[in-house]
Amino acid sequence: MKNLLKLTIVTLSVLVAFTSCNNQSTNGKSGALTSSAAEKVYVAPGEHDEFYAFVSGGFSGQLAVYGLPSGRLFKVIPVFSQDAEKAYGYNEETKPLLNTSYGFIPWDDAHHPDISQTNGVLDGRYVFINGNNTPRIAKVDLTTFETTEIIEIPNSAGNHSSSYVTDNTEYVVAGTRFAVPVPQQDIAIKEYKGKFKGTLSFIKVDPEDGGMDIKFQLLMPGFDYDKAHPGRGKSDGWFFFTTYNTEEANTLLEVNASQNDKDFIAAINWKKIEAYVNNGGGAMMPTNYAHNVYDEYTHSATSTMKKEVLMVDPSEVPGAVYFLPTPKSPHGCDVDPTGEYIVGSGKLSANVTVHSFTKMLAAIENEKFAGEAYGIPILNFEDVLAGAVEQPGLGPLHTEFDGEGNAYTSFFISSEIVKWKLGTWEVLDRQPSFYSIGHLMIPGGNSQKPFGKYVLGMNKITKDRYLPTGPEVTQSAQLYDISGDKMELLLDFPTVGEPHYAAGIPADLIKPNSKKIFKLEDNNHPYVAKTEADTKVVREGNIVHIYMTTIRSHFAPDNIEGVRVGDKVYFHVTNLEQDYDVPHGVSIIGANTSELLIMPGQTETFVWEPKQVGVWPFYCTDFCSALHQEMQGYIRVSPTNANTPLKWSLGEDID
Amino acid sequence: MKKSNIIMFITAILPLGLFLFPLWKITLEAPQYPTPLGIYIHINDFSDVNPHDIKNINLMNHYVGMKYIPDAIPEFKVFPAGIIITTILGLIIAFKGNYKWFLFWFILMIVLSSAGLYDFYIWEHDYGHNLDPKAIMKFTNPDGTQMGFQPPLFGSKDILNFRAHSYPQLGALFLGLGMAGSFIAYLVGKKNLNDVRGKIQKH
Repeated sequence: MKNLLKLTIVTLSVLVAFTSCNNQSTNGKSGALTSSAAEKVYVAPGEHDEFYAFVSGGFSGQLAVYGLPSGRLFKVIPVFSQDAEKAYGYNEETKPLLNTSYGFIPWDDAHHPDISQTNGVLDGRYVFINGNNTPRIAKVDLTTFETTEIIEIPNSAGNHSSSYVTDNTEYVVAGTRFAVPVPQQDIAIKEYKGKFKGTLSFIKVDPEDGGMDIKFQLLMPGFDYDKAHPGRGKSDGWFFFTTYNTEEANTLLEVNASQNDKDFIAAINWKKIEAYVNNGGGAMMPTNYAHNVYDEYTHSATSTMKKEVLMVDPSEVPGAVYFLPTPKSPHGCDVDPTGEYIVGSGKLSANVTVHSFTKMLAAIENEKFAGEAYGIPILNFEDVLAGAVEQPGLGPLHTEFDGEGNAYTSFFISSEIVKWKLGTWEVLDRQPSFYSIGHLMIPGGNSQKPFGKYVLGMNKITKDRYLPTGPEVTQSAQLYDISGDKMELLLDFPTVGEPHYAAGIPADLIKPNSKKIFKLEDNNHPYVAKTEADTKVVREGNIVHIYMTTIRSHFAPDNIEGVRVGDKVYFHVTNLEQDYDVPHGVSIIGANTSELLIMPGQTETFVWEPKQVGVWPFYCTDFCSALHQEMQGYIRVSPTNANTPLKWSLGEDID
Repeated sequence: MKKSNIIMFITAILPLGLFLFPLWKITLEAPQYPTPLGIYIHINDFSDVNPHDIKNINLMNHYVGMKYIPDAIPEFKVFPAGIIITTILGLIIAFKGNYKWFLFWFILMIVLSSAGLYDFYIWEHDYGHNLDPKAIMKFTNPDGTQMGFQPPLFGSKDILNFRAHSYPQLGALFLGLGMAGSFIAYLVGKKNLNDVRGKIQKH
């Protein structure tokens, strides 16, 4: 009887459980039956995230790859900073990528990743990202998740209003934050006004191989060009840049650059300038900048110094550039998916200002100008204004869009994300950020086709949010569900470096293209050894080239004699594996550089300059296989004047 | 042409499918291989199921002292010749012969296929048991004898961390259909003859 009772209760409770489950799924996202935040971000072991998020590392100089909604970190792609883990900037193959007109630079401040687009929709081929300090634009190939090109931007300083792509990735754009003398010259700093200029660079992207080339630079007045976005759809062909310091102050900018009631958004008709340039317009200007390209087949980068750039004076291209007055040092410059609205977030303003592209064209048509600055027409604020979000928060910075007619703006000072409606400008919802949000990102949220399921906020300050780690604590990202009327905070995760902007994309647009191995047969590295029979050691004066291979679980050769103190020894190591996820690593005692981490089918090179006589071991640094601990070898180093013959072996003794 | 001879004609051609489709497939599954390693055995070749599978199987197997899967074996010359000869023979029979010859061809094919399977078994046994004495890892059975790593001739089997599957493929189906067809041709031919005889007797 007791058992029967138990059985009944169990049956009933199971039934109740099932019933409530049904309620959950049918009622969707209302009330207490909503699935928990934990459920929404839980990606079960072995399952994949729905989105990739490419989050800039800021002062780390790198680009981190996370999965959303889980917030799991998959890879840190080295871009502007050396990375000993991956030998990036340490091995001979990638050192040229970090070459500039100032020589080798091991670091930069990585800011705004943007994914390539076709017809205004994310196409998942490349991520572009800007180096802020020594102006550069890098391109990351999303089949290998490696940096494959870096182009230096001449006549620029503080490469901040970068690296945004046009609807068909015709151009990636890089604007200068700091005005500087162009060309550089030795003049008094107080001669800033009029003598200093700001350049906006339009970098042509080859539709086939993604190769970058500076098509032209636009020589603008000496303002600070802060952020930028291209026109979309109806406004395709235009580019918009926020400016501050239109006061042209050169000292104590926090006060002196905050005096004007309105600064500008510069509207650039790049198609008009492109036509002007294609017809022979502009003037070649001597300069010096590095263009660095990594070849996936030679597994090596080359650096070429370029000596001139095409400079365009906007006053010589009538109708190409206009200024849209925008309140109080605008920071973010964001264009909605239809291309109609240009949002300028005056960071010292109480309102978010929105300009209308249609009204802008009408004002230009009617030639209704409020004046001009350095020959560039200034439109009337009222003529171009679409509307303003009144008092939504403090310190508006950036805006992204969900494709449903809503905009999401980050507020640094009031530390929140505010959702508002395009056209009515009414505030719909607000959620706090922890703390002091900078950028925010909706996957595809700056394109014509946003995937408006999540918004990722990137915060500057975390203080008490995680276990403390001394004075320096992590920065963070916060994921909000925006599929409902109200935003819901789901997850809070630490980031690599300082997350400035990020770019998100549905995983399915990238996953199928991700390479598993490099084909050994396609390896064109000049020092490749494609089989163990090809391995050798070659002496050229005091330079020794070791053509070495790795395969589970040995090096070939693994005994080498005849190296001398004072030699410069190049280890050219080819990983003969052709299986997914079987890298080998290598380093040798006393090497003044990083290890190599070599992917299947790849060749990498490190230099070792032996300083002491002896027999020195090298070994595999990646746990490659069951016999990984056996994967080791020896090099005998003889005195400088010794005549030990150069010999090598595998599996037998050197006689 | 008689119905049975038409069947025999089709039947004799079917084994040529072995030149188009693999005969057998051996698959190795392990947790580290979410996409299993696989090898197709053709009448004249070994091939990868996914790129580099054979290379990767060789790399795995060298730990336990197994030899590399050879690029070519004598069977790759003998088997295709056998198939071509029996096909020609089958076609001659289809045009000239009667049902008794169909049965002869059927038996011939049974004998030759069995010999082929036995040969395959011998190779497999040698591949799985004739190990390098300097093998990196040596395993013994509970009774102290050396552990073998022979994949199953047919079916599935656990080999250390792998689960091995060995099953016929489309080519084998063509061969099997050909053999079955010849037996049907024999039965049809025999039945026709009986019918004809019956009719004659009635008259």
